[in-house]
Amino acid sequence: MKIPAYIGPDSIFSPLGFGTETNFSGIVSGRSALGLIQSAYSANPFCASLFDETIIDDIFEPLGKPSDFTRLEKISIMAVASVLKQSGISLSDNRTLLIYSTTKGNVNLLELDASSEIPENRVYLPVFTRLLGDYFNCANEPVIVSNACISGLLSMVIARRMLRAGNYDHIIVAGGDIVSEFTVSGFRSFNAMSDEPCRPYDASRKGINLGEAAAAVVLTRDRSLAGTVPVVMTGGASANDANHISGPSRDGQGLFLALEAAKLEAGITTAGFISAHGTATEFNDEMESIAFSRSGLSDVPLHSLKGYFGHTLGAAGLLESILGVHSLKTGKLIASAGFREKGVSGNINVIRETGNCSLNSFIKTASGFGGCNAAAVFTKEDAE
Amino acid sequence: MKPVISSFCHVKNNTVRVDAESQFEGDPLLPFPEFASSAFRHLGVAYPKFFKMDNLSKLALIASEYLFRADPAFLAVGGENTGIVLSNYASSLESDRIHAASIASKQAYFPSPSVFVYTLPNIMIGEISIRNRITGENAFFVTPFFNTNLIVSYVNLLLEEERTKACLCGWVELDGPAYEAFLYLVVPSSGTRKNSNFSEHSTDNINLLKNLGFGIL
Repeated sequence: MKIPAYIGPDSIFSPLGFGTETNFSGIVSGRSALGLIQSAYSANPFCASLFDETIIDDIFEPLGKPSDFTRLEKISIMAVASVLKQSGISLSDNRTLLIYSTTKGNVNLLELDASSEIPENRVYLPVFTRLLGDYFNCANEPVIVSNACISGLLSMVIARRMLRAGNYDHIIVAGGDIVSEFTVSGFRSFNAMSDEPCRPYDASRKGINLGEAAAAVVLTRDRSLAGTVPVVMTGGASANDANHISGPSRDGQGLFLALEAAKLEAGITTAGFISAHGTATEFNDEMESIAFSRSGLSDVPLHSLKGYFGHTLGAAGLLESILGVHSLKTGKLIASAGFREKGVSGNINVIRETGNCSLNSFIKTASGFGGCNAAAVFTKEDAE
Repeated sequence: MKPVISSFCHVKNNTVRVDAESQFEGDPLLPFPEFASSAFRHLGVAYPKFFKMDNLSKLALIASEYLFRADPAFLAVGGENTGIVLSNYASSLESDRIHAASIASKQAYFPSPSVFVYTLPNIMIGEISIRNRITGENAFFVTPFFNTNLIVSYVNLLLEEERTKACLCGWVELDGPAYEAFLYLVVPSSGTRKNSNFSEHSTDNINLLKNLGFGIL
């Protein structure tokens, strides 16, 4: 019997709020951080979830000099510092590891003007995470996972494997991404961006909104860190479509395989709800609906949280897993923001209204460029 | 039942070596894109998609093609049971720079989806998966140097699970004119394969192989 991977303290820094409680109560009350953005780098406004940098700097001030750090570094440090404080664990302990998930890191340094005080070599992910490692006096070199839009969830899947093998007592999984001209122009070139709040799985969906966030969670062997309603990560897997680098497979094969592997490992055939990827692009949502149908999950209540936070790239799977755990603990089914009328061919049961429900487990999924998919199962310990 | 290394490949200094034996030597003065084209043509396979890839994916694909040619039995375990775990230092920085340059000037603003899609390091995993119908576990790590301990220990954890029976692993780094790939195949030590000559998939063995015939990786 391998060691259970308990979900310990967590933290979310998003434009919706600083701290997991604020973010969770925000989505329970139906608040969205999405808004129309007029930006110097875009002639047409776009819809996104962006931080107010002055607020970040105010909150960051006790942790360091704001101008020494990029926005991503500041929100990431705040997220990690928060879970360290809540859990009392230390990264200078050699039985503790930091895994950091990001798709693009400090890529905006490629486009900053010369007046920036941040050295351009921080665009290299290992330089950025060495900064995190030094800041937190890490005994182990932080491990970076950069695997497109499944990075956050895949980091948790990887952390679970390492933890259960007994390699570490605690693994802090953190992740983040920001919105910059780099990503906005790139997704625009794919015609994948919506200029209004996104509508995952809806018939009138027009594409994604980008969002910024950092999140962190402690995966731990220590049950006493898991709170009064302990939740265990009971399964996790990834799989590739082997179909197309920028388009999901038509039959949802990669996601189907990841779902089957994660369910098998967790010993479940159904769940209380599914926290799906749901980017609101035509092809992603369609693919997911087919994979969930094929996996026998058509009746399971399902949401995408992209309508609250936008697509936060490397943070998404992590942030959405954390909020899913809070749904389990509090018995709240969260509505899939932006959904009105089903616009996908697979049978799925999209949650229309937030409400109370007795929940024992949930499935989290993510899919991304490069044909990658990940799925994980989280279960209340007393329900195992 | 310990996993073993069935084959390994270095692509470096405009040469391709499999199991430390030279398979292809390009003109040492050629820049990488020309070397990559000639190394791929040398294989004699028709795969036009190769020529549309960015340099990082080309490097990964070349190393994987030479490896699979050396050990065709590797792919026989089935795509669903084959994992791909890769790593590098510079992520997708070359394509990142090209995309950033395409949006640097408001007068010449031409972001391209065919460039942007390569601004993720795991795209090389997708390209290898498409080429070989591999649908198993994926992971892309970014590390300051080839982290033998991380890759060996994580891949061995995957192989302890029933689903993953074989894994393509290694390092694919490209930044400016400098590049270097070290890929290898890990297979189970049981079954029908004649693998008595294979060495165990351990940190020590990979540390030996990664620099074999070359300088420090």
